[in-house]
Amino acid sequence: MTALLPRRGLAQILALIVILAVDRVVSPQFFDLRLQDGRLFGSLIDVLNRGTPVALLSLGMVLVIATRGIDLSVGAVMAISGAIAASLADNHSLAVVLAAALGAGLICGLWNGFLVAVLGMQPIVATLILMVAGRGIAQLITEGRIVTFSSPDLVWLGNGSILGVPVPVAIALGMLMLTGAVVRGSALGLLIEATGGNARASELAGVGTRAMILAVYVWCGVCAALAGVIAAADIMGADANNAGLWLELDAILAVVIGGTSLFGGRFSLVLAVLGALIIQTMNTGILLSGYPPEFNLLVKAMVVLAVLLLQSPKLSGFAGIVTRLRGTKA
Amino acid sequence: MILKALFAASATAALLLALPANAAELTIGFSQIGSESGWRAAETSVSKQEATKRKVNLKIADAQQKQENQIKAIRSFIAQNVDAIFLAPVVSTGWDSVLKEAKEAKIPVVLLDRDIDPSGKELYLTAVTSDSVHEGEVAGDWLAKTVGAKACNIVELQGTVGASVAANRKKGFDTAIAKHANLKVVRSQTGDFTRAKGKEVMESFIKAEGGGKSICAVYAHNDDMMVGAIQAMKEAGLKPGKEILTVSIDAVPDIFKAMAAGEANATVELTPNMAGPALDAIAAFKGKGTVPPKWIQTESKLYTAADDPQKIYDSKKGLGY
Repeated sequence: MTALLPRRGLAQILALIVILAVDRVVSPQFFDLRLQDGRLFGSLIDVLNRGTPVALLSLGMVLVIATRGIDLSVGAVMAISGAIAASLADNHSLAVVLAAALGAGLICGLWNGFLVAVLGMQPIVATLILMVAGRGIAQLITEGRIVTFSSPDLVWLGNGSILGVPVPVAIALGMLMLTGAVVRGSALGLLIEATGGNARASELAGVGTRAMILAVYVWCGVCAALAGVIAAADIMGADANNAGLWLELDAILAVVIGGTSLFGGRFSLVLAVLGALIIQTMNTGILLSGYPPEFNLLVKAMVVLAVLLLQSPKLSGFAGIVTRLRGTKA
Repeated sequence: MILKALFAASATAALLLALPANAAELTIGFSQIGSESGWRAAETSVSKQEATKRKVNLKIADAQQKQENQIKAIRSFIAQNVDAIFLAPVVSTGWDSVLKEAKEAKIPVVLLDRDIDPSGKELYLTAVTSDSVHEGEVAGDWLAKTVGAKACNIVELQGTVGASVAANRKKGFDTAIAKHANLKVVRSQTGDFTRAKGKEVMESFIKAEGGGKSICAVYAHNDDMMVGAIQAMKEAGLKPGKEILTVSIDAVPDIFKAMAAGEANATVELTPNMAGPALDAIAAFKGKGTVPPKWIQTESKLYTAADDPQKIYDSKKGLGY
């Protein structure tokens, strides 16, 4: 665990605590928890539950960004997998539904990885293709309408609970541990960081950079597909026009808040997920506050700015100089 | 007196006979926006039905949400010398030159569902649209009537911030409940017109209002957000439709499903039948030269559990919503 949570996580943890405190002020019952139909119920649970899709996206996105890439297509992949899951749900078993939806995510990831790793396209352009086309594919699957389903198995994925914990939260936690174990339990994480740090040098040193890049896009696609299935299960329907819309930006933001540089290299899975939670804690707080909705985006922007300023190396250097000056004066 | 009645009856009969004969020759081009939403798909299929009913040859061009495609379609309709053009404009400006071409070719243009920039008023025959302020009023009036004199805290799920429909539906509702001091909107947030956001926002409303016990009614600017909100209420152990009243707008099939299950109370229809009144106006204009009013307002009909929601669901679900 210490390997997963480096010392540099301090700024993020501090930010989360401050935002939680603000939420407690705007909504006194923020930390209240009770059981409702065998499921924990409260604003904190909402934060975890609603934060799940972006947390899952950020798990894939952080690896892609670590290789100096970016994946703009994750929102569209969510729409595709949700559409597939919803269309199959009522006539097939959960295993088939999950296999089809996650398989679609895997293919989407392979496509992105092929464009970037094999054809050498710039990631932002390569994934933009699927970002645009993917939503179209999802709309073709749903024929432009909201496909609803009533399969209790799939609904459980979105609304069920395990020992009181919502299933989506449990899934996200499981995925974090799985990804952490694979990436940090082996040299894989190091090789991904090497690829992002300097692809040419890594290749000369014998790192299979092409395979690394392909693998991270595939994983990103699978994570996005899982997020899409959960989002569809949550509303018991697939809304191809809106599912995952703009969530790629939230996922990138979560990764950046988590301290991973867009220029690749060092990354942290836990901090990326923490970034997703920071975003959702803020969103839920805004909803609870009762401010007019016109303020939502403004508040969000200011908080994000503050969190990023906290992490800015220049600014912390500046703060250091100020304290040192004060020290010499005194 | 009897003679008069007979005369009126024969005139009506003549009109009825004359109409299909006239209409049979009509060819109308319809430049549709594209498949942006389920409602749009339903509008397209209802337009086809209405045209078939009147034996009109309706040519539909799908613009895939692009104005240049709509302009191309209109030019091709003019080249084919159709009898009339229906246009569901994707944006409100930039139509002047192509509509002038239609006017010069003496082809009447009818706008469906959306209006264009006021400067182009003389360039089209009439516009068939719904009044979204009125929709909000109908919703507010129903709630005021149903609640009666008891105090009622309302939570509102707004549409996308900045969308004119959202602003209008809010305005109409606020006007309607302003007359009743016992009705108060205690919380209002945007749910972006989607189920997922409607559910998320409702979850937070429930927490902020002491577990939802103090909420008496939910007003949503569209049915999709309400469907999400209903799920949130059920998951919180509340009984939507019984403990908490619901009223929303659009009348999509799934809200009737909820209504049939006793989980929703009322919806105001945004009718997908814009082509029906437009076809009638064109038939009258072509046949007898009757110039229709500049704006034909469609009915904003209120549906409640008393209207056999299951039957309406069955009739609506095939329309492509």
